[in-house]
Amino acid sequence: MTAPSMPTPVIAAENLNLIFDTADGAVQALKDVNLTIAKGDFVSFIGPSGCGKTTLLRVIADLEQPTSGTITVNGMTPDAARRARAYGYVFQAAGLYPWRTIEGNVKLPLEIMGYSAEERRQRAARVLDLVELTGFEKKFPWQLSGGMQQRASIARALAFDADILLMDEPFGALDEIVRDRLNEELLKLWDRTQKTIAFVTHSIPEAVYLSTRIVVMSPRPGRITDIIDSPLPRHRPLDIRDSPEFIEIAHRVREGLRAGHVED
Amino acid sequence: MKSVLPVLTVTLAILALWYAAVVPMNAQWERDQAARAGTELTTAELVTRTMSQSRPRLPAPHQVAVELWNSTWVEERHGRRGLWNTGTLSNRSLVHHGWITLLATFLGFAIGTTLGFALAVGIVYNRAMDASVMPWAIASQTIPIIALAPMIIVVLNSVGISGLLPKAIIAAYLSFFPVVVGMVKGLRAPDAMQLDQMKTWNASGLQGFLKLRLPSSMPYFFASMKIGIAASLVGTIVGELPVQQGGLGVRLLTGSYYGQTVQIWSALFAAAILAAAMVGAIGVIQRLTLKRMGLSS
Amino acid sequence: MSARQGTGHFHPGFWQNLAMIAALFWALWHVFGSGAPQWPLLGLSLVVVLATLHDPARRRGLVVHAALLAGIALGLGVAALSLLPLLPLESRTGALALVVTTWLAAWMLVAMVSALPRGAGLAGRIQGLLAPVLFGVTLIWIWEAVVRAFAVPRVILPPPSAIGARIAGSVDILWVDLVQTVVKGALSGFAIGCGAAILFALVVDRYLFLRRGLLPVGNFLAALPIIGTAPIFVMWFGFDWPSKAAVVVAMVFFPMLVNTVQGLRATEPMQRDLMHTWSASWAQALIHLRLPAAMPFIFNGLKISATLALIGAIVAEFFGSPTRGMGFRISTEVGRLQLDMVWAEITVAALAGSAFYGFWALLERRVTFWHPSQRGR
Repeated sequence: MTAPSMPTPVIAAENLNLIFDTADGAVQALKDVNLTIAKGDFVSFIGPSGCGKTTLLRVIADLEQPTSGTITVNGMTPDAARRARAYGYVFQAAGLYPWRTIEGNVKLPLEIMGYSAEERRQRAARVLDLVELTGFEKKFPWQLSGGMQQRASIARALAFDADILLMDEPFGALDEIVRDRLNEELLKLWDRTQKTIAFVTHSIPEAVYLSTRIVVMSPRPGRITDIIDSPLPRHRPLDIRDSPEFIEIAHRVREGLRAGHVED
Repeated sequence: MKSVLPVLTVTLAILALWYAAVVPMNAQWERDQAARAGTELTTAELVTRTMSQSRPRLPAPHQVAVELWNSTWVEERHGRRGLWNTGTLSNRSLVHHGWITLLATFLGFAIGTTLGFALAVGIVYNRAMDASVMPWAIASQTIPIIALAPMIIVVLNSVGISGLLPKAIIAAYLSFFPVVVGMVKGLRAPDAMQLDQMKTWNASGLQGFLKLRLPSSMPYFFASMKIGIAASLVGTIVGELPVQQGGLGVRLLTGSYYGQTVQIWSALFAAAILAAAMVGAIGVIQRLTLKRMGLSS
Repeated sequence: MSARQGTGHFHPGFWQNLAMIAALFWALWHVFGSGAPQWPLLGLSLVVVLATLHDPARRRGLVVHAALLAGIALGLGVAALSLLPLLPLESRTGALALVVTTWLAAWMLVAMVSALPRGAGLAGRIQGLLAPVLFGVTLIWIWEAVVRAFAVPRVILPPPSAIGARIAGSVDILWVDLVQTVVKGALSGFAIGCGAAILFALVVDRYLFLRRGLLPVGNFLAALPIIGTAPIFVMWFGFDWPSKAAVVVAMVFFPMLVNTVQGLRATEPMQRDLMHTWSASWAQALIHLRLPAAMPFIFNGLKISATLALIGAIVAEFFGSPTRGMGFRISTEVGRLQLDMVWAEITVAALAGSAFYGFWALLERRVTFWHPSQRGR
């Protein structure tokens, strides 16, 4: 652990509650969530479906409004942070626009945010290089594989200067081999760019491999049951997953998930 | 059910707009009349008079409603030639004319749908038909084949075929092509996996048709029937124009000859009610069938 | 086109060939003698012989295959062209038998052509046109032959040759009618109706209440026989083209509105969320996301409206028009039993209709090339 003792919080949630009114009555999606994420952290949210991990990410992104409690992003409300373009968001599916080329897709948020044409071109080239898609700029999304599409959508989220990256099961729909590679690339990217990443997943190895902190959540009502700090180094080769430390943390995460389940 | 209030509001808004339009549309005539008589009209007088002209440019909704009522129930119940007094439908009632149109539409629709279904089966099972006929079936949807209607009526009339059948032929060919195109799509709806599954069970061609293709085509079948019956009704109405032997088309045409706007509007509404009823009936059958098949949501 | 199945049942083969031979003998039976139509018989015999040699089950070289097809086409062409001037024959049954034989032979050629493996690219596309064109030509030929063989009166059904001659001889009238009905009536109404519907759809789309209320009403109105409003508009706007344009506006407005509103809703929630995370304005989201996503629906509406526009403009003229226009010409020439002129107008209407539709279909392919329905071709 190389992080300083008291880093400034990038995301801070206090007593966060969110209740959805559905046809079957009220559903408590988030209950008393307290969480701080420091700059440069890689935080994973893990838990069974319905535990509110995606909802929490969406609250951070101002896609949902909490019923009570406070949350700040970069010291601002989520709405203000969104307007200040504080974060990039990557969804489970690539969500690329079929009528735009890969390059056009990456440039789209830049167009909306009013970057100049030259700036757009440079940034698109840079982030496409970062996700190793150079040479595919003129292809359309539907001409690429699922893994490449997902890399393009990550490039799109990186294209503007947001120092937070919010990722909602970005690799959930991909096969294991592609997933491993993208995990590795994501770690390198995080290392290079020093961004703060909040990452939703339901895979224990993925969460342990990627994160500096793992937030374990459980459903009904959606809540945080455990927060595990990872002792793994910043630099992580793939085979770190066979080390005893890794297996130890994975075990703790599994125990945490089980504990949350038994409480039902 | 969330849309009941909005739909009602929109409908009321349309009615309000209609009433609002009646005044300016008919005002000129009233002013001319008043000028000729040398009198001045107050605004209140003007408004009430525009709502009750006998031959307005735009009849008020209540005038159309009253005319609809008079030319159906009142005509048949109290009219000298009505059903009540003579035992037959009055030739001045919309029931009579609507019935003529309805019969031709139904007959034509039945013929067109049956033939369209048969051709669709042929196209799906025969490669040569698919390659040669299908492009024409698609092309036929892009051209105004309804322009053939007057000729068909007149030619058939000149060889002694008149009455229901010529109109039914037009209604038939107008519903024919939508059904062909829709059914070809529907019969091809099963994917390769489902067809392979049939193959692994060594199903015969007929079994594959009855148990896979036909059921999967049902949603398409009903969709194209709805289009088909609406097209059939338009075909029948246009087919009634050249030879005036009754029907809603004739009511529209004579109304326009004699400037009987209220008659035009009531015939138009009768046609609309007919269309809505027929499409609605198919919709009900569709819902029941698809529900029994477990296909409806 | 999608996958085809069941080609085995009616494959160009045994039964068709047998039917053709039987029909040929039937024809011979009736026309054999001194005045026999030699060329048609010769051509059809060639087709029969070559078709018997052609065995779809056996794989032959490409050259042999092509030669067989060319030979059959040649025999068919000779028979079809030489038969027409000879009609009507003395023996009507004989003539009918010859026409039927030619029909069977042509159908066999259609079947063979459509059974060929499709090439790729432009060649494949032209090859795909071969079967429908052959089929269309066959239909026109049968029309011509039957009218000649049975001396059908022209007031019932004029032959295609007479219609062609009439088109060539009345280009000026047809042109005037085309301008009156299509350019002035249909196109102006189409432009106003579709333009207004798209603009209105943008308004409707912004308000949930309007969307809930107007969509069902619009769907309902789109299914009604709007064409019946024609006499009303003729009364309001006079006999000339404005009343036709008004009918067209009324006909295209609701289908276009419903399609556009649906299209503007056709974005995935995820894509809308993405726009939100970028804090895009309403106009930005509209231009970059909703309008492109709506394009397939908008073009669907435009294609439906293209057909409706022509129907509306023509039928509205049945209710009153100046002394020009396609609908006017059709109804008056029908009254005078000048059916070749009627067919000429219908031909022009068909060409104008498919050209107008084709224009939108081509534009659609360029604009919505990304849509799954357009990609596979």
